[in-house]
Amino acid sequence: MNIDKRIADDLAANGVSFVTTVPCKQLAGVIEEIDQRDDIFHIPSNKEDEGMGLCAGAWMGGKRPAIIMQNTAIGVTINTLATLIQYYRMPLPMLISYRGELREPVACQVEMAVHTKALLAQLNIPTYHFHWQKDVEELDNILKYTFMCNKPVAILTDANFWGGYGDQ
Amino acid sequence: MIRSEILKEIAPILRTQLVVCNIGIPSQELHAIDDQPSNFYMLGTMGLASSIGLGLALAQPKPVIVIDGDGSILTNLGTLPTIGNNAPGNYILMIIDNGSYGSTGDQPTYTSQRTDLAAMARAAGCTRVVEVQDKDTGPALEEALASGEATVLVVKCDSGNAKMPVITMDPVVIRDRFMKAVAG
Repeated sequence: MNIDKRIADDLAANGVSFVTTVPCKQLAGVIEEIDQRDDIFHIPSNKEDEGMGLCAGAWMGGKRPAIIMQNTAIGVTINTLATLIQYYRMPLPMLISYRGELREPVACQVEMAVHTKALLAQLNIPTYHFHWQKDVEELDNILKYTFMCNKPVAILTDANFWGGYGDQ
Repeated sequence: MIRSEILKEIAPILRTQLVVCNIGIPSQELHAIDDQPSNFYMLGTMGLASSIGLGLALAQPKPVIVIDGDGSILTNLGTLPTIGNNAPGNYILMIIDNGSYGSTGDQPTYTSQRTDLAAMARAAGCTRVVEVQDKDTGPALEEALASGEATVLVVKCDSGNAKMPVITMDPVVIRDRFMKAVAG
């Protein structure tokens, strides 16, 4: 299975046509796949809160958005999640590279990993954790759920899900 | 002129357009001067008006006017390269540059010293960048709408706020009526 294509296919099948990204090595393949597709508009952001602003505007303009980012971004975007996405009740699937989990080579990444689920729980953000490649089978239902309830929803994808991090 | 005087003057232009308005006193002033369903008022999230407006302009064809401030742009400077590389012809970013953080007590921003937002927008890749004085805002905004080109309009004006009531409308109501105006 080509996991990058599978994710992009699920996004497109759920009508997601506006995707903003802040890069991560683990996400490089899926970002490249999205960038090359004609059925999804890709706009890179310089920071994740900026990206959430773009997604909010795109949704009010009639497009289904998504953001792809690292879990470190949870530290950047708490105010935006609370006062824009949640306050105005907007849907936002967040495909998140869960750095600092099993098979992580960079120690500093663990420092945000240990806070990631607690922060998401504190914000009452529905959170799913993809650890095995077969977990991607839930993505379709998660996207349907997100646009049903108009909430931000987190999909944490760890290094094991991506088949390891780089040479690890 | 201060921002509220500019908003009063350009209200007849804004009335028929989709407007995304910056957090704090700018939204309170616009709401009090001429509340419209086609106005999206930001009640929180400093700095993201330009990004919300860009997402909206990219998603649909109607013109979008963002009313932003110098302090707000400085908070989200990464927005300028994103605008410079992606903004479609229906996007107008109007930065009311009064050189101060108005909603928090008029503390000076760096644009009151050496920082030049129009030059920064150009350096970020924005091609139609216009800087005007407060009294010339209306014609410059109409020219931007007529140009059909993405425009960054920097309006230099005096620091100061009008005393207006806080917006008590529910955010979901603001968003819902705005989306109906977008789709209508």
